[in-house]
Amino acid sequence: MSSGSDDLKDLYQEVVLEHSKRPRNFRVVEGANREAAGHNPLCGDQLSVTLKMEGDIIRDIGFQGQGCAISRASASLMTGAVKDKSKAEAEALFELVHKLVTEGPESVDVEALGKMAVLSGVSEFPARVKCASLAWHTMRAALEGRDEAVSTE
Amino acid sequence: MSAFDVQRVREDFPILRQEVRGRPLVYLDSAATAQKPQAVIDAIVRFYQHDNANVHRGVHVLSERATEAYEGARETVREFINARDAREIVFVRGTTEAINLVAQTYGRKNVGPGDEVLITHMEHHANIVPWRMLCEQTGATLRVIPVDDRGELVLDAVDALLTEKTRLLAVTHVSNALGTVNPVKELTRKAHAKGIPVLVDGAQSVTHFPVDVRELGCDFYAFSGHKMFGPTGIGVLYGRLERLESMPPYQGGGDMILSVTMEKITYNRVPHRFEAGTPNLEGAVGLAAAIRYLRSLGMDAIAEHDRALMAYGTQALESVPGLRLVGTAREKVGVLSFVLEDIHPHDVGTILDREGICIRTGHHCAQPVMQHFKVPATARASLALYNTREDVDALVRGLHKVREVFG
Repeated sequence: MSSGSDDLKDLYQEVVLEHSKRPRNFRVVEGANREAAGHNPLCGDQLSVTLKMEGDIIRDIGFQGQGCAISRASASLMTGAVKDKSKAEAEALFELVHKLVTEGPESVDVEALGKMAVLSGVSEFPARVKCASLAWHTMRAALEGRDEAVSTE
Repeated sequence: MSAFDVQRVREDFPILRQEVRGRPLVYLDSAATAQKPQAVIDAIVRFYQHDNANVHRGVHVLSERATEAYEGARETVREFINARDAREIVFVRGTTEAINLVAQTYGRKNVGPGDEVLITHMEHHANIVPWRMLCEQTGATLRVIPVDDRGELVLDAVDALLTEKTRLLAVTHVSNALGTVNPVKELTRKAHAKGIPVLVDGAQSVTHFPVDVRELGCDFYAFSGHKMFGPTGIGVLYGRLERLESMPPYQGGGDMILSVTMEKITYNRVPHRFEAGTPNLEGAVGLAAAIRYLRSLGMDAIAEHDRALMAYGTQALESVPGLRLVGTAREKVGVLSFVLEDIHPHDVGTILDREGICIRTGHHCAQPVMQHFKVPATARASLALYNTREDVDALVRGLHKVREVFG
């Protein structure tokens, strides 16, 4: 079993901290044709995702809102990972990420996750799983055209 | 030796004698729920081992003992808050239920369309939502006393907000998110001058200083067992006898009635009228044990310990670079709420947790006051009678570690 300090390093890897400080695609997408809002009632964090779909392809995606380092990094990485992917590919990636943050890196094909693999440390912190998955739930709601607010509860 | 020996007090709390995450536990989350002294744990075990039976209805010895313990607990609570009469003490599940009870009985009877209920901007959800619900049910309007940048009530606004339309003022004694101690005696005097009853939410106050409901003059006072070193699922609604007697019943079921036919129900007297069903007997027994424990230490000595530790904690936290205290009222108790530069409170909480330090992070079920301070959440260290300067020092070391992780 790793010590508390090692767990922390796994959670707050440099890539995570870097994305949290300078999140990519932190904007409202111009000409967006899908959007959704998500919130985490546990901590009051709120986030919105805007998407520009061309047919089945996510041509552009952005997010805005406030959140902890984990939720910002996850949202930032997500926008990079799903751009130019189809709806089905984005949803498959969500499934992988969800498995990664809930069950740990041993449970998934880490190669297939690309950069998202830096979120593997979250699995040691059950209280933070919702932070890591908020942006993804919100993105999925936008893809499905659900306009009610998404909640992690 | 000082009258209040915190090291001896700590020995009374078995949960504090443990390591978590490989480090000694530092528990700074008593505003969420407080730890239990051995005396409370023993009282509950003893009740189950010797006296357990249902109350008010058995003819046998155990029922007699259980009834005596339950009604004895009521008397212990009465003494603790200096109520006139044990009938003014209603056992409920906690502060939240106490406030809902008043909203749905007193409120439904006395509040109508066009009336107003006055609360404050620093209430936690338990003292907002029941009134919001009441307003929706009756067509009344919820009015709010504003809070300034220190986290104190804007008292100048109170006179204008207490109008001939106001049917009730509901105010917290101590803010769970800011630690502000409100001048409830003065507020009650102002409200009563206009014939307006006052409910005080005492969830965060009864453990920190002596509370005397007669001196405060309030009509209702609500608090929870679990925040005062007693069990969960038990709490108290104090109500002035004439108020309680004028209120319709709350929930229906055993013990709140004198007789039932299919045509007519005769309700029991107060407080039993408000205690439907089998009450939380072991909860009442445990709560009484918690009160006896607090009295054995002395509420004045506890208040002095809290005051000194708050002063130490405030100064220690202010020494942490980038830290901003949220809530800097001149009268504060028990709560140090803060934000750390642009590091989210949840990240602060996770890193402190790995150091064995338990704090609360989030909106503390007080979202309006978070909105006032324009923060989504804060990190909150809350202090209790078993906390020490060493706990505060560990917190400060932990916060330096947070800053290190975030570079």
